[in-house]
Amino acid sequence: MSLIEVKNLKKSFGNAEVLKDISVTIDKQEVVCVIGASGSGKSTFLRCLNRLEEITSGQVVIDGQDITAKDANINQIRQEVGMVFQQFNLFPHKTVLENIMLAPMKAKGITADQARQKAEALLAKVGLKDKAGSYPNELSGGQQQRVAIARALAMNPKIMLFDEPTSALDPEMVGDVLDVMKQLAQEGMTMVVVTHEMGFAREVSDRVLFIDDGVIMEENKPSELFADPKHERTKAFLSKIL
Amino acid sequence: MKAIMDALPYLWAGLQVTAYVFVIAIIIGFIIGLIIALMRLSPWKVLNWIAKIFVDAIRGTPILVQLFFFYYGLNSLGIISLDRTSAGILTVAINAGAYFAEIIRAGIQSMDKGQTEAARSLGLTNVQTMRYIILPQAFRRMLPTFTNQAIISLKDTSLLSVIGIADLTQKGQVVIAATFKAFEIWLAVGVLYFIIIYLLSLLSSYLERRYELR
Ligand SMILES: Nc1ncnc2c1ncn2[C@@H]1O[C@H](COP(=O)(O)OP(=O)(O)OP(=O)(O)O)[C@@H](O)[C@H]1O
Ligand SMILES: [Mg+2]
Repeated sequence: MSLIEVKNLKKSFGNAEVLKDISVTIDKQEVVCVIGASGSGKSTFLRCLNRLEEITSGQVVIDGQDITAKDANINQIRQEVGMVFQQFNLFPHKTVLENIMLAPMKAKGITADQARQKAEALLAKVGLKDKAGSYPNELSGGQQQRVAIARALAMNPKIMLFDEPTSALDPEMVGDVLDVMKQLAQEGMTMVVVTHEMGFAREVSDRVLFIDDGVIMEENKPSELFADPKHERTKAFLSKIL
Repeated sequence: MKAIMDALPYLWAGLQVTAYVFVIAIIIGFIIGLIIALMRLSPWKVLNWIAKIFVDAIRGTPILVQLFFFYYGLNSLGIISLDRTSAGILTVAINAGAYFAEIIRAGIQSMDKGQTEAARSLGLTNVQTMRYIILPQAFRRMLPTFTNQAIISLKDTSLLSVIGIADLTQKGQVVIAATFKAFEIWLAVGVLYFIIIYLLSLLSSYLERRYELR
């Protein structure tokens, strides 16, 4: 069963067409990595999946719901779609625990006790049990990003979107974050990951999408895409980064 | 010195009126400022325009003219009747509101877009995002500018003496009219204003320390 269906998605900023007719379906429990050059439209694509960007035309269907339909309850849909940002975007005025508890309490209406229990369990899961009372600015980048993952997971999403989650991190922090993501993938989370971490894409993903200038130029299992790219553009891109 | 001591009970009464007018006006002004700021940032063009006209009109005219307009002007129409205190509070509140609106708008706009995106991506509504994420951080950052405007508004209240509100300034005038001790009394009035303003800035720095900027 496909959890994400994108049909003829187009997105323009003013006159610039950034996504040009993208169609793709992503199944439940699939882990899809999105790669491509800077400015090719990877982030824009990801942000269309939870309507952080309004699409220009086409359709995005999440778990059977057309998210751009007039009667779509976007806040409800977003609860099903967690997102992790390159810059973490933790709430600096709230403690780690409060960061994780806020949305379940306010958006889902669960009690503070339940939210706290859930938050503590998630913190343990990402290896930051002892940081519950810290503020984000007291954490390293890698720790902040793991809190951001826990915060997204607290809503029990069906899908997790990651936009270059390790690009802003010092090299020695990258591993911890990737480990958490790997574990999520193993537990069967459906994930769409924009990344430059080719090792992660190769090892963890079921499929890799190569986006070039607003189109999906090539998609394949990672073993095949990396070993035997079909398009010249894919070859050129891979030769630059591998 | 004796002149000042004798005047103190009168000045104290005036000080209370000043404090009362100021506190009410600043609370109303803050609410006006918040509403106007949200109107200016709203997607509805009509609201943007109303808010902008309001802010420009208030900032572009002297507060004394506004005071006369609300007290003599509005009352002359015979539709509503504002007593002096209400007209005075209204003037200071609206004036502070216009400046607060600009401070709040700038504060909200200076917030990182990522904060809103993170909140919205978690399924929080626009209003929840404002209330729990954007405004608390923006207010904290605005605190020093808020204090500045509050101090200006406090000083503005001394103008209300011209329509006969029995504030600190007006009481000073009354005492001088009876005693002719202009030097001592104006000095005492100045010192009393200075003390409240000093207390205000102490309160502000206490709050700045209490809610550490992160
Ligand atoms: N809000 C916006 N307004 C105008 N243009 C935008 C906006 N957001 C993105 N773009 C443009 O759209 C194109 C694709 O941007 P996008 O951020 O999706 O690229 P990307 O593949 O994620 O790049 P990177 O690897 O650098 O993150 C770029 O040319 C960018 O300048
Ligand atoms: Mg990007």
